[in-house]
Amino acid sequence: MKKKNGILYELNKNKVKFLMIMPAVLYFFIMCYVPMTGIVLAFKNYTYTGGIFKSPWVGFNNFKFFFNSGKAFLVTKNTILYNIAFLIINNFLQITVAIILSELAGKCFKKISQSLMFLPYFISWVVVGAFIYNLFNYEFGAVNTLLNSMGMEPIDVYSNPSAWKYILVAVSAWKWVGYGSVLYLAAILGIDSEIYEAADIDGANIFKKIWHITLPSLKPTVIILLLLSLGNIMKGDFQMFYQVVGNNGLVLDATDVIDTYVVRSLMDLQEFGMTAAAGLYQSVLSLFIILGANKLIKIIDNDYALF
Amino acid sequence: MKIRKDRLVFNILGVVVILLITLFCVLPFLLILTGSITSQGSILRDGYRFIPKEISFQAYQIIFESPDMLLKAYGVTIMVTVIGTLTGLFFTAMTAYVLNSKDFKYRNHFSFYFYFTTIFGGGLVPWYIMMVKYLKMKDTYMALIFPLLMNVIYILIMRNFMKSIPDAIFESAKLDGAGDFTIFLRLVLPLSKPSLATIGLFIALNYWNDWYNAMLFVDKQSMFPLQYFLYQILSKLDFINQTASRSGVPVPQMPSEPMKLAMTVVATGPIVLLYPFVQKYFVKGITVGAVKG
Repeated sequence: MKKKNGILYELNKNKVKFLMIMPAVLYFFIMCYVPMTGIVLAFKNYTYTGGIFKSPWVGFNNFKFFFNSGKAFLVTKNTILYNIAFLIINNFLQITVAIILSELAGKCFKKISQSLMFLPYFISWVVVGAFIYNLFNYEFGAVNTLLNSMGMEPIDVYSNPSAWKYILVAVSAWKWVGYGSVLYLAAILGIDSEIYEAADIDGANIFKKIWHITLPSLKPTVIILLLLSLGNIMKGDFQMFYQVVGNNGLVLDATDVIDTYVVRSLMDLQEFGMTAAAGLYQSVLSLFIILGANKLIKIIDNDYALF
Repeated sequence: MKIRKDRLVFNILGVVVILLITLFCVLPFLLILTGSITSQGSILRDGYRFIPKEISFQAYQIIFESPDMLLKAYGVTIMVTVIGTLTGLFFTAMTAYVLNSKDFKYRNHFSFYFYFTTIFGGGLVPWYIMMVKYLKMKDTYMALIFPLLMNVIYILIMRNFMKSIPDAIFESAKLDGAGDFTIFLRLVLPLSKPSLATIGLFIALNYWNDWYNAMLFVDKQSMFPLQYFLYQILSKLDFINQTASRSGVPVPQMPSEPMKLAMTVVATGPIVLLYPFVQKYFVKGITVGAVKG
């Protein structure tokens, strides 16, 4: 008889379950685990005929090339700073909206405004790109039309790198405000209503209740969500940056993040080795940040730890 | 009943803030809509404005007179979305079912196997080479379907949904001699209809809005999905000119500006119209997803 807790016993007992989970296992094996071995490309000079495994080794040359290009520091800095700005502003806005919606009377108003705020989440980044063109086009964009009619000088954002910081932050806020406030609203609705009733009896006004009950109750959720997004701080939202800014050489210094840099080098320059090196640099740094964030979460509240 | 003063102040402030943010969210949509029905001449002269100076539906006329390219793109997107969503949803649910069965000893190992892919990856290049060189997916519809088929987060959310199905149901079915696959097909799927709708809509939205995989893997114009087709229209003038030559309007008289916007409206319209009916499923998905993954 087989051992009762051996892997073969388990395989036999749950044959069907193993079969049922196999498609997903294979899928992620092909799409994620096999490409992980492609990390070696970062140390190779990729040739199409050689493929991943037979191309010649070049040591750390790809990394040298990436770091000496002067781009490594720039794109890393941009990625991190943009993500921090998105994090702070988006969360602030989402929490504000959630708190107001939770306290406001007027069911119909709340429902309609919430629906409209959620709308941007459903729109593809290509369409967002069309919005940006429509607003900021130099000759006939709506913003310049407005500035003109007020007798002000039109602005040309496509030759003005510093404008993009504000545009990108605004676009990110626009896209996620509805989505995020749904999340925080759920957290607020989960707060014990007896606490509010007790505060009412004590004569606390609404601002006091928000300050002393709602915000402190949200604190753990906020901290966890912030730490979770910290894990993505090295990842630029490629679709957003690519569609909003476009392939616009003049403002690249202000808008290039690791992900746009990687795709551009791959698609335009076919720089496989150097691009793979940049990708590996990003993945490894990300992994360390996630491990660190997870440690912090464990200290704060073990229940929310990722693993 | 007297309204307390602090309530009054809060309500006024709150309504103003919410109104401003709502306006901020909706304005770009309105601008596109009004821009698309403005005449080319007015746009070149006066620029885009909220209230068009010269209304003209010429852009829509041209689009609907020779809609073959647009319809083709719609067809690709609908096909990819339907096939991808149904297949992806089936495998997602099946995987979630196994990960949720208590008598499956290695479920935590498998969960971690899936989860690990979200925290570490080989980056774009090896994945791209895998897709193109080894899976031979360049210029195939599979390249548009395969990359979005399964998503670890959706599997984990689905598993969370399934946790609410009482174990007793599985046990009694087992006593009646039902196998795992039968239980999944006959019991779990029908019982999970609301959660299937939620996850299905998330997957469908990903397919509908996808242009990235088309950019990476598809060069053939006839295979462009809707969003990538729109991207071509917006970024490349010759696309507009091609439409012009098909519709018989001379190129210099093409209303190229309103046409870009009209194309955007035609490509986005269905999603915006459908949105009020599906919104509640998304809200549910976000709230369940926020509970530990």
